[in-house]
Amino acid sequence: MKCHWFHLMPYQDLPEDFKEKHPSVWVDVSSELFDPARGHQFYNEYLDQLEFADSLGFDGICVNEHHANAYGLMPSPNLILASLARRTSNSSLIVLGNSIALYNPPIRIAEEMAMLDCISGGRFVGGFPVGTSMDTNFAYGQTPLTLREKYREGHDLIIKAWTEPEPFAFNGKYNQLRYVNIWPRPIQKPHPPVWIPGGGSVETWDWVAEHDYMYAFLSYFGYEPATQIMKGYWEAVDRAGRDRNPYRAGYLQLIGVSETDAQAEKDYAEAASYFYHRCLHVPDYWAAAPGYLTLKTIKSLKSPFSFEQLADLKWKDFVEQGYVIAGSPETVRERLVEVIKEMNVGQLFSLLHFGNLSAELTRKNTELYAKEVLPFLREQLWNEWEDRWAPHPLKEEDRMPVAAL
Amino acid sequence: MQEVKVAIRNGKFTTSMQWGGSGEPLLFLHGAGGPMVGAPFLEELAQVFTVYAPAHPGFGSGTGIEHIDDVIDFALYYHDFLDELQIDSPHIMGHSLGGMLAAEIAALAPYRINRLVLVCPAGLWLEDNPIPDFFTFNPQQMVEHVFHDPSGPMSQMFTEQLQSPEAQLEMYKCLASTGKFLWPIPDKGLKKRIHRLQLPTLLLWGESDKLIPPVYGEAFQRAIPGSRLVHFASSGHMIMLEEQDAFVEAVSDFLLE
Repeated sequence: MKCHWFHLMPYQDLPEDFKEKHPSVWVDVSSELFDPARGHQFYNEYLDQLEFADSLGFDGICVNEHHANAYGLMPSPNLILASLARRTSNSSLIVLGNSIALYNPPIRIAEEMAMLDCISGGRFVGGFPVGTSMDTNFAYGQTPLTLREKYREGHDLIIKAWTEPEPFAFNGKYNQLRYVNIWPRPIQKPHPPVWIPGGGSVETWDWVAEHDYMYAFLSYFGYEPATQIMKGYWEAVDRAGRDRNPYRAGYLQLIGVSETDAQAEKDYAEAASYFYHRCLHVPDYWAAAPGYLTLKTIKSLKSPFSFEQLADLKWKDFVEQGYVIAGSPETVRERLVEVIKEMNVGQLFSLLHFGNLSAELTRKNTELYAKEVLPFLREQLWNEWEDRWAPHPLKEEDRMPVAAL
Repeated sequence: MQEVKVAIRNGKFTTSMQWGGSGEPLLFLHGAGGPMVGAPFLEELAQVFTVYAPAHPGFGSGTGIEHIDDVIDFALYYHDFLDELQIDSPHIMGHSLGGMLAAEIAALAPYRINRLVLVCPAGLWLEDNPIPDFFTFNPQQMVEHVFHDPSGPMSQMFTEQLQSPEAQLEMYKCLASTGKFLWPIPDKGLKKRIHRLQLPTLLLWGESDKLIPPVYGEAFQRAIPGSRLVHFASSGHMIMLEEQDAFVEAVSDFLLE
């Protein structure tokens, strides 16, 4: 089992009455709510937390890309990873990822990821999300109906840019380049592992399975929808004739570890509520612009993923329906093993900071998880399988030491 | 009028078309909401003209939207359509998105079009009067923006029709295709080509149009040499439904001048 420490980097100072006073946390959220001095604190606090996770032996540390929002302060996750590459030495550096269709030309991604792979000595994992509708269609103006086609062309170009040894011409529908020749090149051959975060689009599953990539379901809707999604993914894996190696699947989970179940509520209920009721305060009209989802996906959804449906959830619902797995180490271990086995996932994106969780409680959560949960999961799960989606860094003796002044 | 199947470019595009009547040919290009199948104003116009009212690629039964990348491709598709159906010197009338399209078709080859009717067309962008982001509208907001009387029977019918999941899916599909031409801002360069509309042009605008406000009518009139602008006092964005008789009369009179 691989456990990664995932940071969304939320803005923590949204007011109590945010949901009532403001229409959305995304796209048109007022910048008057953002205090840059607090931004300074958050970024540095969050970077500390990711570096701390590396020091405790997490398999990976992980960030992602969002725009025009207070949910996650990371328009450029590659900047964050560049900083982490210099300050960590063991964990995989995972970006989940860069929304390919937003980069013009997308070889910028091939270049930056190659830089990160070189700086980190080959610890890098590149994620390629399509991106949310809020980010791609509304904030970055991409046409919904052609977003996925543009994304796939960008993917093909990036992979070719990493793997073709000689300069080549690329005559695409969305990108025309006479000379593609990226410098530097990634350490990892043929290229860094590619992980595909998804929100449950049907065609993404087949595409991921065909390419033999890792699929990461970033779920905020609890246990039931997540198991349905993963079932659909595994069927696509079967269709593509691939094995059911759990490491080709990942999922994201909010986790809160305390001394006891009762203490977990005291520690994490407020932050979970902040996350679900302020960070995910997204009205339905932003959630999927017409054409963002294919008709096939719309027809496959039993009910659309609506953030508005989260509005009334309380701590009890979060815990019972698996939105948050929280409690004593024993409770957390039990529930995680159950969910992980049910979904057959080998990569767990552990969200140990969420909402407005304080630095102190984040540290406690991370320490308890690293000490009481992570070793147990590693011992219990999936040792019969090989993780073919992990990065392959240079040998330790070939890697530069961290900050060798 | 009858519904006929049409295949363009050896079947690369297929669609169905309401077709009928007699007289000079009149091509009607529908708006973002999709083909107006069975709308009485088309029947009325077919008393005087030979009406061709196809569904666009990506709307209703129209296929082939994946072969159209932008509004120029879209306009050239209709030039092929006119060629293959051997429609000579047609009048073209377009509504909303279809109005923008009609203007682009005519700008590419004004000499092959007889007369042009633009019914509250899209295609221009006024910084001081931005067109609202209708891609985010729910049915209620849509009704409030497109109808003169948002609580009238026509608005109610529209809202009721949008209750069924099938109708919602169809609307989603129409707006998805519309996004290829109007996302994220409904200005795709018509302003660079509009001076070429040197043909008789009639602009029709509902005074209560909140989707593309009447100030856009004035902008179009200024940009199209010699064009005529007619307002409808009891209409929003759907003049052909809201004031059908006056609409048909204004169109017929202009085209038969």
